Amino acid sequence: MRLEPKPAPSLAVTLTFPLAAIATTLFLTSMLVLAAGASPLSVFYLVAKGAAGSQFALVETLTRATPLIFTGLAIAVAFRAKLWNIGAEAQLYIGGVVTVVLGTGALPLPSVILIPVIMIAAMAAGAALLLGPAVLKTRFGVDEVVTTLLLNFIVLLFVSMLLEGVLKDPMGLGWPQSQKVIAEAQLPRIIQGKRLHYGFVIAIVSAVFVWLVMKKTVLGYEMRAVGHNPEGARFVGILVNRTLMKTALLSGGLAALAGFSEVSGLKGNLTLDLSPGYGYSGIVVAMLAMLNPLGVIASAIFVAGIFVGADAMSRAAKVPSYIADVMVATSLLTMVVAILLTRYRIKWR
Amino acid sequence: MDALEILFTASFWVAAIRIASPLIFATMGELICERAGVLNLGIEGIMTAGAFAGWFTVYSGGDLWAGVLVAALVGALFGLLHATLTVPLGLSQHVVGIGVTLLATSLTYFTYRLVLPEVTSPPKIEPFQPLAVPGLSEIPVVGEALFTQTPLTYLAFVSVAAVAWILYRTPVGLAVRAAGENPSAVEAQGISVTGIRMGAVAVGSALMAVGGAFLTISAFNSFFFQMINGRGWICIALVVFGSWRPGKALIGAILFAAFDAYQVRLQQISGGIVPYQVFLMMPYALSILALILVARRATYPKALMIPYQKGER
Repeated sequence: MRLEPKPAPSLAVTLTFPLAAIATTLFLTSMLVLAAGASPLSVFYLVAKGAAGSQFALVETLTRATPLIFTGLAIAVAFRAKLWNIGAEAQLYIGGVVTVVLGTGALPLPSVILIPVIMIAAMAAGAALLLGPAVLKTRFGVDEVVTTLLLNFIVLLFVSMLLEGVLKDPMGLGWPQSQKVIAEAQLPRIIQGKRLHYGFVIAIVSAVFVWLVMKKTVLGYEMRAVGHNPEGARFVGILVNRTLMKTALLSGGLAALAGFSEVSGLKGNLTLDLSPGYGYSGIVVAMLAMLNPLGVIASAIFVAGIFVGADAMSRAAKVPSYIADVMVATSLLTMVVAILLTRYRIKWR
Repeated sequence: MDALEILFTASFWVAAIRIASPLIFATMGELICERAGVLNLGIEGIMTAGAFAGWFTVYSGGDLWAGVLVAALVGALFGLLHATLTVPLGLSQHVVGIGVTLLATSLTYFTYRLVLPEVTSPPKIEPFQPLAVPGLSEIPVVGEALFTQTPLTYLAFVSVAAVAWILYRTPVGLAVRAAGENPSAVEAQGISVTGIRMGAVAVGSALMAVGGAFLTISAFNSFFFQMINGRGWICIALVVFGSWRPGKALIGAILFAAFDAYQVRLQQISGGIVPYQVFLMMPYALSILALILVARRATYPKALMIPYQKGER
């Protein structure tokens, strides 16, 4: 068996294979639904209805998509330059920490100044957190996959320490949680009385910004070149290590915005369950979008819809909501195969 | 008790060897994969699946050794999935590995909730009991530490010897090592690189799953969520630390486990002055530190993470 490159695929082919990947995912997960003793069609209908069947469902899906857009962008940027940032979870939490440190009254500023200040500080912290593994990679040759993964555990313990120590809410009845951020540090809601907040708008703007950086700037060109072929990039005079540093700064900063947006826009305070693995789901979001920053918006909404829909479904049908995680993981694997098949033909010999 | 005295007690080393056992299995598993040229980031999820599969087999009335076998089979299946995507299809080992971890973990949690929908506390099983080796276990400290363990710990040590012997003393081992260094040389011998790599990943993944099962049917007696808790990632660091050699990796795993056992005891005698999270961070921080120390002279298998296509150079 061998792989032969295909001529440039037509738009139809480019779209057919990802759709086939989704269909395969639904087929495979319907086996699990059958194992759970439910009917796949009604379960998938309930998931779709729970994700997009009402105004409430749609608002919930977009709210859940917001952090996923940020982490998806963070991963898309990093993976494009083949910087394997698996530490978006840690960067997200650091963004949350900065938000509560600055947002609970330490800076008595009006909203229009305070929120940008917090955003910049959170991004700086997330960027700094990924800079460590990036420097270890370029200077010492330490694999960044392992260091970013291990940092997730270290940072989560660090946050736990803060929440039981200096950041602990004295009025929190002993729970490990921070104080609420002050009103000036809160992102307003888009629709009064609904959970969707301006973090979603910032996420969309970020996606457009990242798309412009990747497509229209020298940095974007350099990042793609480094990811495609580091030796070749070096040969044409690109400073590979410096490009990886800039990639790390951008990626870590974007992931930290997820933490900022969740605290400032949705939760109001920092807890240890701020993220149910948004840093890891961001990898799936980025891959489903084929690392395209604008595609990240769509794939984040899709992945969020699965999670929100499955929560609603599991309340109605007796299928564990973990089916959502299985669907998301399966779609990642079927999608990478689909992308391969748009570019290569398998020859059996 | 004095912080240094701990190091000379048998109970400390008994705990260290027990903590090392799952790491030894999984590190050997990852080592086999990487020596064949495949980075297996599915390790964390495969250990989770193995932990559940082993425990559930025993919980449903199976024998403890049947639990080990089922865990190994489940691990091998996830390994074959990983290998199919990364070896013949040559997909990114990073992305597929993370995907396999996400899939194995979520499938495990789904299955757990499916078969035990109503439980609030995890049900318990009767795990492996310590089996003192007559004579040897009477040697003070060292003998006690090594020879009053459960049979599965002895198997962990046997697996190191087996992996070392197979890698360095048999034709299969030579082919595995060559597949990770110079795959075209393997193909020139008329051996299929694809076959060798897929086999290595399947066997390696089986060992990872047994490492996971050690936690549920030997170290503890039940399965709970997030119980692997980064052990898989630590094993990847241990393989690098051990410069891809079974013996060195074994020493790394024991040193790491001794450190882990030590921090737990330090935590107890520190009397709460230092937050307990600082102690819990240490094993992860130590892994990063170890990677930095060995990185300069690390000699990766030359074809690690490079897909091989027959007939290409």
